Amino acid sequence: MPARPKLGVFKFASCDGCQLSLLDAEQHLLAIAEQIEIAYFLEARSHTDEGPYDVALVEGSITTPHDAQRIQEIRQKSKMLITIGACATSGGIQALRNWHDVEDFTRHVYARPEYIQTLATSTPIADHVRVDFELRGCPIDVGQLIELITSVVVGRKPRFPNESVCMECKRQGTVCVVVAQGRPCLGPVTHSGCGSICPAYNRGCYGCFGPKENAQPLSLMQHMHGQGCDREVLVDLVRNFNGYAPEFRAAGDQFEERSAGT
Amino acid sequence: MTMDRDFRGMMTSIEKHQLQRVIEHLQELGYRTVGPQVRDGAIVYDDIASIEQLPTGQIDIQDGGTYRLQTDIEAGWFDYVVGPHSLKNYLFPPREPIQQLTLNANGWHAETPDLTEPPVAVFGLRACDLHALAIQDRVFLEGPYVDPQYKARRERLVIVAVHCRRAAATCFCHSMSTGPAVSGGFDLVLTELDDHFTVEAGTEVGAEVIEHLSHTPCTPAEIERSRQVSLDLLQEMQSRTPEGDSPRPRQLETDGIRDVLMQNLDHARWDDVAQRCLACANCTMVCPTCFCSTVGEVTDLTVEHVTRERTWASCFTGDHSYTASGVVRPSIKSQYRQWLTHKLATWIDQFGSSGCVGCGRCITWCPVGIDLTEEVAAIRGEGT
Amino acid sequence: MSATSAPSVDRLNPWQPHAARIVSVMPEVRGIATYELELELPEVREKYRFAPGQFNMLYLPGFGEAAISISSSPDTTGTLLHTVRAVGNVTTALAKKQAGDQILLRGPFGSSWPLDQCRGQDLVIACGGLGLPPLRPLIYEVLRRRSDYGRVSLLYGARTPQDLLFTGEYAAWRQGDIDVDVTVDLGDEQWAGPIGVVPTLFERLQLASERTWVLTCGPEIMMRFVIQEALERGIPREQIYLSMERNMNCAVGLCGHCQLGPAFICKDGPVFRLDQMEPYLHREDL
Repeated sequence: MPARPKLGVFKFASCDGCQLSLLDAEQHLLAIAEQIEIAYFLEARSHTDEGPYDVALVEGSITTPHDAQRIQEIRQKSKMLITIGACATSGGIQALRNWHDVEDFTRHVYARPEYIQTLATSTPIADHVRVDFELRGCPIDVGQLIELITSVVVGRKPRFPNESVCMECKRQGTVCVVVAQGRPCLGPVTHSGCGSICPAYNRGCYGCFGPKENAQPLSLMQHMHGQGCDREVLVDLVRNFNGYAPEFRAAGDQFEERSAGT
Repeated sequence: MTMDRDFRGMMTSIEKHQLQRVIEHLQELGYRTVGPQVRDGAIVYDDIASIEQLPTGQIDIQDGGTYRLQTDIEAGWFDYVVGPHSLKNYLFPPREPIQQLTLNANGWHAETPDLTEPPVAVFGLRACDLHALAIQDRVFLEGPYVDPQYKARRERLVIVAVHCRRAAATCFCHSMSTGPAVSGGFDLVLTELDDHFTVEAGTEVGAEVIEHLSHTPCTPAEIERSRQVSLDLLQEMQSRTPEGDSPRPRQLETDGIRDVLMQNLDHARWDDVAQRCLACANCTMVCPTCFCSTVGEVTDLTVEHVTRERTWASCFTGDHSYTASGVVRPSIKSQYRQWLTHKLATWIDQFGSSGCVGCGRCITWCPVGIDLTEEVAAIRGEGT
Repeated sequence: MSATSAPSVDRLNPWQPHAARIVSVMPEVRGIATYELELELPEVREKYRFAPGQFNMLYLPGFGEAAISISSSPDTTGTLLHTVRAVGNVTTALAKKQAGDQILLRGPFGSSWPLDQCRGQDLVIACGGLGLPPLRPLIYEVLRRRSDYGRVSLLYGARTPQDLLFTGEYAAWRQGDIDVDVTVDLGDEQWAGPIGVVPTLFERLQLASERTWVLTCGPEIMMRFVIQEALERGIPREQIYLSMERNMNCAVGLCGHCQLGPAFICKDGPVFRLDQMEPYLHREDL
């Protein structure tokens, strides 16, 4: 067995929730620590190793000039770069600024906005550097994180079925909240992996794992609108944690345009 | 259960509450009893111990993409039709281990897990469900290779079926020649009359259950009334026409359907449906005959213990047709076409019957209400 | 053609794999190696028989299974050969294995080349790239019973001379009276042979079409043009066979992944007579 792969965990604009998922993997943590060397993980230990790293787990989106620079350095020091969570993968909830004027926000929020150095947009890591793998979710799923780490250690493709949330609902026997209750739900256009938690608790999916392959949110939104769901509700639903993901972004914008037109 | 003797005509009458004895007797025999019940706005299958759990007085109003339960004081115990679950959930479960492997000093040791679960008795199945079961039997039991887990569960399955008295707008068993009358494949079949059930046994097991009930032989008039239930419904389904705001009653023209679909693989309708279809795979998940699955590796961090887990899969994903040279069916158009042509056309080549039993689940549980009967009609050139 | 269960696969439990030892690993060309496998249990080994064109599911626990055709002679007992390109999850992991390591397998599965039907006839074996390994067992069988067949031609092509498989065997095959014609898409300084795709090699053949059988395996586009050349030369449809590739997960017709039209490639194929595949062959994304 070669030396344990060196892991770095890095944070950008985010709530830290995805990193915490790693610490939440309680019963697996010791086993993980046997398989990989945690070289940089500020949430977990003060000792830091400046790299290079075999694997970098990157949380958060790019919102400042400094972060735009820092992600380049991390990429250069890392053999494999994996984004974790909706912020890193699609810009996160803070990407809602991309539809507005960020200076207007800073003026309202900060007493001395001139001290705030921020970019006009919140963008996913993949807009800045090459990303080897994306782990979806807000937050990520602990089981998927363990599977990902195992896959990296063993050198295999992780088992993340590329399918809709609906498939998980149906496997669990959850009754569809769209069909049986008329609730707005993004499950049919959202990537699985969360274990279909929201519909199991009688709530619609809000798309926190982002768009699945061939996602057609517009078709879903038009149908739900036809069933009596408000346009604003539907645009808000799709413009959420993954609102800046291309498929959700386009659907929200198109739906908004159409409602402006009617 | 095998048909050892001919039980036809052995119809008896029982008080409705005798169904409780049926549940209890099967439990005493070691069966897990599963039956219809209301959960989260729909009628689903789950463990059942009491007739109080049955959805008495409930009917389901179904249409493309919508399902609503309604209380109907005139409704009986089984006047809803079919919900999102089917027998498939029990014989071909959504997830199950098919191999367990352990790494030891001599290498890998692989074994097929023994089925330790109790046999299942399912209540409330309909004619379409039993036809779907016969179709899955052909897939899992009658080919060159047999699925061991399905076989083990199937051999011990007990079926308490019901003749439908009502059809949803999405039902089209009359088009598929799969109902509404239950014609075979049951241990017991019930007909709900006003204040009692008439019961017919299809197997020794069923006959034995009846012996444990307080029952009286049916009068010729009761037998006649029981038979008439399905005949009346069939006639009603055949003469249904659209009415006002009510959901449009479905039917499917099956004449020459194999060739119609296979000769129209480039029909513009495939592009049209691809604009609407979400490829969410709900239709394939709720379909009682869809049998696609994927086996995946579930491991610990050291990869010394491996479970090969089989999960329901769907032709509505790129993974499904992935090969080293690329994904064969990457587009929603090609995926929907695969589903529909397989279900209604090439299934006939493969297994000698359509893969569709007309239960309408795929229509109801499609989140955008895509209706295969409409798609076929459009491909046939009938206006929609 | 239709599959019957193989004696080494339990009809009632097709999921059960058998352990095999890697006897040797022979690097072939860039990214491709041949693995010599010996089934560990003597009773399994003795029962194991396959026909040319059939495949095994090679299994690495924790990684998964891959459907790989058998490239050895069906007449050899004891060991099996698989010629594998490291391209996916399982095959990349396999490439890290070495002699002495254990893998698991299930098989053999699927249909085989029509060796008996084409006895006494001329054969054209047309293949490209990794399409040769599934036909090598047939070549060995033809060599073993050479007098049973008429003229036999192998038309083989690869991208570059460095991608040609089994080059060390061509001389022996020629000596066994098989015409071996080899082409490449892109030549190099040393390459003196033809340049072009496999179907163009038909021009070099003198065919008695009514007694010629064409067996082809390779990329679908290549097979389509091979079939076109064969049909243009008057070779009857019933005498053209091809081997298809699709996603195989269970290998026994239970999982649904490998369907193409009415066929399950795993159990009805991979080897098909042309008329079985023809309606589906000339279409994208079926």
